[in-house]
Amino acid sequence: MQVKLIDVTMKFNDVVAVYNLNITIESGKLVSLLGPSGCGKSTTLFLLAGLYKPNNGSIIFGDKKVNEIEPENREIGMVFQNYALYPHMSVLKNIMFPLNMQKVPKKEAEKRAKEMADLVRIGHLLARKPGQLSGGQQQRVAIARALVKQPKLLLLDEPLSNLDARLRLEMREEIRRIQQEVGITTIFVTHDQEEAMSISDQVLLLNDGQIQQYNHPQYLYNHPINIFVAKFMGNPPINILETMVDKEAKKLILTSNEQQMMIPNKLNIQTIQDEKIYLGIRPEELFITSLDEGALQGKITYVETIGRDTLIRAAIGDEPLRVIIPPDTKIKIGDLVGFGMKEDRIHIFDSTGRNISQQLT
Amino acid sequence: MNKGALSKGFIYTLLIAGSLLMLLPFLWMISTSLKPANEVMMLPPKWIPSEILWENYREAWNIAPFGRYLLNSIIVTVLSTVGELITTILAAYAFSRIQFYGRDILFSFLLGTMMVPGEVLLIPNFVTLSNLGWIDHYEALIIPWIASIFAIFLLRQYFLSIPKELTYAAKIDGCSDFRFLWSIMVPLAKPALITIALLKAIGSWNAFLWPLIVTNSKDMRTLPVGLTSFSTEAGTIYELLMAGSTMIILPMIILYLFLQKYIIEGISRSGIKG
Repeated sequence: MQVKLIDVTMKFNDVVAVYNLNITIESGKLVSLLGPSGCGKSTTLFLLAGLYKPNNGSIIFGDKKVNEIEPENREIGMVFQNYALYPHMSVLKNIMFPLNMQKVPKKEAEKRAKEMADLVRIGHLLARKPGQLSGGQQQRVAIARALVKQPKLLLLDEPLSNLDARLRLEMREEIRRIQQEVGITTIFVTHDQEEAMSISDQVLLLNDGQIQQYNHPQYLYNHPINIFVAKFMGNPPINILETMVDKEAKKLILTSNEQQMMIPNKLNIQTIQDEKIYLGIRPEELFITSLDEGALQGKITYVETIGRDTLIRAAIGDEPLRVIIPPDTKIKIGDLVGFGMKEDRIHIFDSTGRNISQQLT
Repeated sequence: MNKGALSKGFIYTLLIAGSLLMLLPFLWMISTSLKPANEVMMLPPKWIPSEILWENYREAWNIAPFGRYLLNSIIVTVLSTVGELITTILAAYAFSRIQFYGRDILFSFLLGTMMVPGEVLLIPNFVTLSNLGWIDHYEALIIPWIASIFAIFLLRQYFLSIPKELTYAAKIDGCSDFRFLWSIMVPLAKPALITIALLKAIGSWNAFLWPLIVTNSKDMRTLPVGLTSFSTEAGTIYELLMAGSTMIILPMIILYLFLQKYIIEGISRSGIKG
């Protein structure tokens, strides 16, 4: 089922939680609502569920406006962060509960609940109470309960945040598998950009209740529309350097310490209108080179090897820079080195934070 | 190790002393109930009667229509407990889960009424009931007692500790408010409900002043009021009064023994997230 939000605004008293949201979610896709806490992502999910009513705008499921339709009639399934299983009922009873509410005959309800339990691979736990299950198993029960009534839309509210790191990886693959097996349109709320990137067809990045960017996750990573998106996507985060534009000398000058920087060849400096721009470059797109060849010069302040990567921090004057280098690079703290950039991967943001790379090349 | 044992010994001595202190009146009651009349007031007090008189119990039972009193006590206790549970569950749900205009002010107002001493209400309540023509009827013994602010407060706090997501999940699963209350909230709040029911049952079973005021005929009296039969102008027949008292508190003690683990659970869990 296709889901559309048109000009949706939601206020709590005077606080605007979601402002003028316009998106279309295609049928059968998994879309992540991503953003820092308080950005309105859970509010958006609750609006879709019908637990909140928008102050303005329309929510459209398929071709039907559902603003006034109560949650129980929206044909949705929902999984909560704390799973919200009924603690006094067995796993089977929990999964059957939505069917009992629909007055499905008991035999059929039991059969459907068991099929769903098998799909999420908890068929052997049906007689247990939720308290006797691990976090991952409770999660599976919650998904089974959400899917058993064959909803048209599945809503997941930070479903992985209560799990430990390893289980989180396993469950996110599971959610993807189940979603594709059932073919259901799914909306997934998370604050973890890595989770969103790995699982979703599309990512909707929100901040302060407003859409920042809505596209394929890799597109957000490669073509962030503004500094916020660039900073939010990717770990370790992107380096943002504030520079002044010197058109006559054809140089960029770092604001913090007046170090001059060579201008990337592809950049046509004459078309820049602002005096001040922000230069964004991801840690993996920097490399170490000799002092005079580098676009920037700096001193290594920190070296950390994590598995296949070595992460270093350098100080360009007092501006910190994060760089990922191959682990066999001979380097130690205190070394003065040059840093080169992969020029086609540089992002230029104007003084308001908007990405203007496209216009400049 | 040695220090641990010492402090443990100290704690147990204190606890034993405390429980003996609590038990003393009960032991005295039982001892008196088995004494011949001339040993009741004896000084120094005699703890073990010279002769055990089980006869006292039969005599006490027969001095007044205790069968009828027992029936009345059971009717009043059961109905007011059930009534209170129903009103408490509904009110606590409304105050914890339903948003309506003026909810919090109304709730503080209800809490405020707990500061009014019960004695102040005796006369207004009596006047109201007599205007309704309920004096000397079961209504007078039951209806004023089927709502308790304290119970509503206790259960509301318990309901608030049940995660909101359960309400949302049930709503999405297609569950009505009423159905959610009965099939999810009430089973989860069982310990709190048992505590409330037990406190109510004990209070109702032991109530003396109110039943004394609103009943006139012997047919409507309850057991505690029946105990006044042992007091006459000539004095009080203590050995029979104590025999009667022992018989009356027995059902409550048995009830408590069966349900005490729920009471402790109810009180200790009500503050913790369920």
